[in-house]
Amino acid sequence: MTKLYQGATGDWEAVIGLEIHAQVISESKLFSGASTAFGADPNTQVSFVCAAMPGMLPVINEECVRQAVRTGLAMGCKINLRSIFDRKNYFYADLPQGYQISQFKDPIVGEGHVRIDLEDGSTKDIGVERLHLEQDAGKSMHDQHPTMTYVDLNRSGVALMEIVSKPDMRTPEEAGAYFRKIRSLVRYAGTCDGNMDQGSMRADVNVSVRRPGEPLGTRTETKNVNSIRYVMMVVESEIRRQIDVLEDGGKIDQETRLFDVATGTTRTMRSKEEAHDYRYFPDPDLLPLEFSQEFVDELAKDMPELADAKKDRFVAALHISPYNAGVLVAEKESADYFEALLAATVTKSGKPLSELGTLVANWVIGDLFGALKKLGVGITKSPVSIDHASELLCLQIDGTISGRIAKEVFENMLESGKSPEAIVEEKGLKQVSDTGEIEAMIDEILAANADKVAEYRGGKDKLYGFFVGQVMKQTGGKANPQVVNQLLRPKLDG
Amino acid sequence: MSVDKETVAKIANLARIEVSEEELESTVGELNNILDWVEQLSEVNTDGVAAMTSVVAADLPWREDKVTDGGYREKVLKNAPQAEHGFFAVPKVIE
Amino acid sequence: MSELTKMTLSAARDALHKGEISAVEITKAHLAAIEDAKELNSYIMVTDDQALEMAAKADDMIKGGNAKGMTGIPIGIKDLYCTKGVHSQTASHILDGFKPEYESTVTANLWADGAVMLGKTNMDEFAMGSSNENSYYGPVKNPWRAVGSDKDTVPGGSSGGSAAAVAADISIATTGTDTGGSIRQPASFTGLVGLKPTYGRCSRWGMIAFASSLDQAGPLTKTVRDAAIMIESMAGFDPKDSTSINIPVPNYEAALSGDIRGLKVGVPKEYRVDGMPAEIEKLWQQGINWLKDAGADVVDISLPHTKYALPTYYIVAPAECSSNLARYDGVKYGLRVNGNSLDDMYKKTRAEGFGDEVRRRILIGTYVLSAGYYDAYYLKAQKVRTLIAGDFKAAYEKCDVILTPTAPSAAFNLGEKVSDPISMYLNDVFTVPASLAGLPGISVPAGLSAEGLPLGLQLIGQAFGEEQLLRVAEVLESAASFKEKPAKWWGEKA
Ligand SMILES: [Mg+2]
Ligand SMILES: [Zn+2]
Repeated sequence: MTKLYQGATGDWEAVIGLEIHAQVISESKLFSGASTAFGADPNTQVSFVCAAMPGMLPVINEECVRQAVRTGLAMGCKINLRSIFDRKNYFYADLPQGYQISQFKDPIVGEGHVRIDLEDGSTKDIGVERLHLEQDAGKSMHDQHPTMTYVDLNRSGVALMEIVSKPDMRTPEEAGAYFRKIRSLVRYAGTCDGNMDQGSMRADVNVSVRRPGEPLGTRTETKNVNSIRYVMMVVESEIRRQIDVLEDGGKIDQETRLFDVATGTTRTMRSKEEAHDYRYFPDPDLLPLEFSQEFVDELAKDMPELADAKKDRFVAALHISPYNAGVLVAEKESADYFEALLAATVTKSGKPLSELGTLVANWVIGDLFGALKKLGVGITKSPVSIDHASELLCLQIDGTISGRIAKEVFENMLESGKSPEAIVEEKGLKQVSDTGEIEAMIDEILAANADKVAEYRGGKDKLYGFFVGQVMKQTGGKANPQVVNQLLRPKLDG
Repeated sequence: MSVDKETVAKIANLARIEVSEEELESTVGELNNILDWVEQLSEVNTDGVAAMTSVVAADLPWREDKVTDGGYREKVLKNAPQAEHGFFAVPKVIE
Repeated sequence: MSELTKMTLSAARDALHKGEISAVEITKAHLAAIEDAKELNSYIMVTDDQALEMAAKADDMIKGGNAKGMTGIPIGIKDLYCTKGVHSQTASHILDGFKPEYESTVTANLWADGAVMLGKTNMDEFAMGSSNENSYYGPVKNPWRAVGSDKDTVPGGSSGGSAAAVAADISIATTGTDTGGSIRQPASFTGLVGLKPTYGRCSRWGMIAFASSLDQAGPLTKTVRDAAIMIESMAGFDPKDSTSINIPVPNYEAALSGDIRGLKVGVPKEYRVDGMPAEIEKLWQQGINWLKDAGADVVDISLPHTKYALPTYYIVAPAECSSNLARYDGVKYGLRVNGNSLDDMYKKTRAEGFGDEVRRRILIGTYVLSAGYYDAYYLKAQKVRTLIAGDFKAAYEKCDVILTPTAPSAAFNLGEKVSDPISMYLNDVFTVPASLAGLPGISVPAGLSAEGLPLGLQLIGQAFGEEQLLRVAEVLESAASFKEKPAKWWGEKA
């Protein structure tokens, strides 16, 4: 069942693990009261603590503790009621203390696992080794000055959750699906915004290869990969590279590598680093982090509904197909939009939830997603408000316009930003359901096309569509198709 | 356990302290004297003894998640040996 | 010199409150005395203008009826405390030119009560030393000399400048800090009272860290009553220090009842160390008798792991310091020695910026935390530390306070021990155990050596048992009735 990679000398299996750094959603930093907001001027969100001024001390932010626990709960992990903050000692320009406060032996969150969905519809459980809280470093800029590196400490001390997987993945697709899953979990849990382009989530990708059934090979770690696609590219290229090296009789160095976006491959970090020796030890400025099971239970009680549960609910309560439900919950914003639209439509139309689920889901996935894709914007930037969208759906539900006209109105809404009612009014798009009017029209058409009527009656059934078309043409597509059918068929059949 | 020149050089590098070749020799002696002396701890039976994490019996205080600090770049950079355009400036790092 | 400089803190306070003297007057007298005593090298920086301003404000406080215990009292501050806009370099070259933009909590507490800062006192660099010979600003001379000798003696360390200043009457009292004996041993060497409170009693915020799990602020004063008044101002919970303890600060002076009848004084047999001078042994016995005479019961106790305290300390303290001092890297403040790369800059800056002893301890600390040695050294030491704390816990089942000598010798000559680190470390053999256990300790001047140099006795209390500790100390003080003063050999002859 495990995917194998063919080499020149036989099959290989890949073993992949991810360490994901996810920035905690909090107002202030993990151990200081400075702001975490993105994009401020350099060094303006820096306290004396963040800048490691002499005599400054850390005090933990309670929300960061809660966020770590929530994330642990979302991943179904063991929550450790006692954990320890350690110092990880190393020198770097953007590490002002000369150490990072992290958790080494005793992390706040222990083992668990998450279920990933694969393209073929199958699922796989991936083990989570742990989650620990730690400080982010500042930012070094090497390209601002010919001989100097500039250091901005705005990020210094921002809380990160490092989520370490077990080496349970075997393919680039699995690695991508796992990263996507963790992103979905933290976003649903409200613990990390998952904004990869702002660096809120990044992964260290560990890859090794081995002959099937043999012990683990030497792994490489590619640092700070900041998109799902790049993670997959790193895995793919590392598997290929390692197989090539090994088949050429070489050996894999346990090393840190960098991903080169331009080539889609990894390379060894240029500066040949000394062997790391981080000299971890418990931070004497902090006491052990302890909380009660009640504290955890309280957080568990208030956990938002996560993607998997939401999907199940959409299928069971709204009768949406599992596939469509999966599409809707993939992004939290899509699910939120869908649910808000459904609620608004229920209110406006007065119809029960269970009857509207499929209609609204189809419209969101078909019409709306299609339009957004064309516009190249995400759902949060949708030019169509919940209010207008529900109005449009209600016009369709109450028979004011047909499905076809609805599509036309939607096009117009995207262009003009006007409300669907206004558009329908303005363009006179109301569906014609008046039986008298339609009957008169049919009589007229049948009279004018006596030859075709004769042909139809002579057995040429296909001509039925022609007559429908004529009615639609005359009403500008506004004739209620059901009414047309009800009247046309008996008249033709005579 | 005792240290040799190579070990001291490695430690000095980890600690980012330049130690000249001449200093290395005397440092090895000094450190070994101290290490030999602290070695006596190995006599103590510590089976089943928990390592001390804090001398005070207290709970770690938690801070409310509020922005209460920062926003004073001038003060942060005031003592910097070199600051430019609102950044700390250090010799160029080549990655 | 003026009688004003001879006053105890409590006498000065009473005179200030009654309006018999003014803060400006007594401050001026001390500033003049400082000028006269330059050769002691006990101040690194004298803050004349600031002192007079603060004194004027103190006089206003008194006139306004808002006088507190410390109002108008001129004091020296150990250079280890960050004082806003004022030299705060922990007597190190690496903090060259550093003037913090913030005020330490302890000094802020003192200023809020109206105390007056005379200047910053000399110390062993980063509080590492027992003789004040490890200062970038040169050694401090003890005002005391052996009878008939013109040889300089050391004031002890690391709070040597603070001790010498009070002993020479150029400060009414001073702040010190104690990591392994840095208040108590200098107090013993200079005939003063030196109090190290319970770990967590004073905030460490704004104190330049040496060993975070051991560092504590405390006063050096002429009497036990003075110590009670001053510690009350310095102490208190600080939400900015996670190891600060949230319990109210009592009125310590009120605890000085003079009544210790029925109190159990423990005498640990393990403090009778090899080679301890007979005169110290004798003084200790004398102390026991004094307390008995005052109605206390003396009990023999055992602190079996005493001999391991020093080696434990010399693993734990260097380990913490190696990490705490990583922030001195030439990037954010202090000295920078340029190099041809970032690492080169670090190495040159730290080689030039740190003195020999600091460098030695950073290297030891780096070693004991490094891969492969952590368990054998650091972890082992922290386990032994648990045993040492356990010894005290068991002892306090049998007694209320513990009486020991403060130091194994009187002040030694300048230069005598600089080349032998371990013999220097042995100075702290009696003070380190209480530090490792976080317990309060106080040194009380109890007599003179055969050479005419002061000797102290140490009382060790229970956690947050400062009231009782001070009460016993005052009884000991009055029994010893130590009134000697060093013969003035510096400055203008009186
Ligand atoms: Mg990592
Ligand atoms: Zn990390």
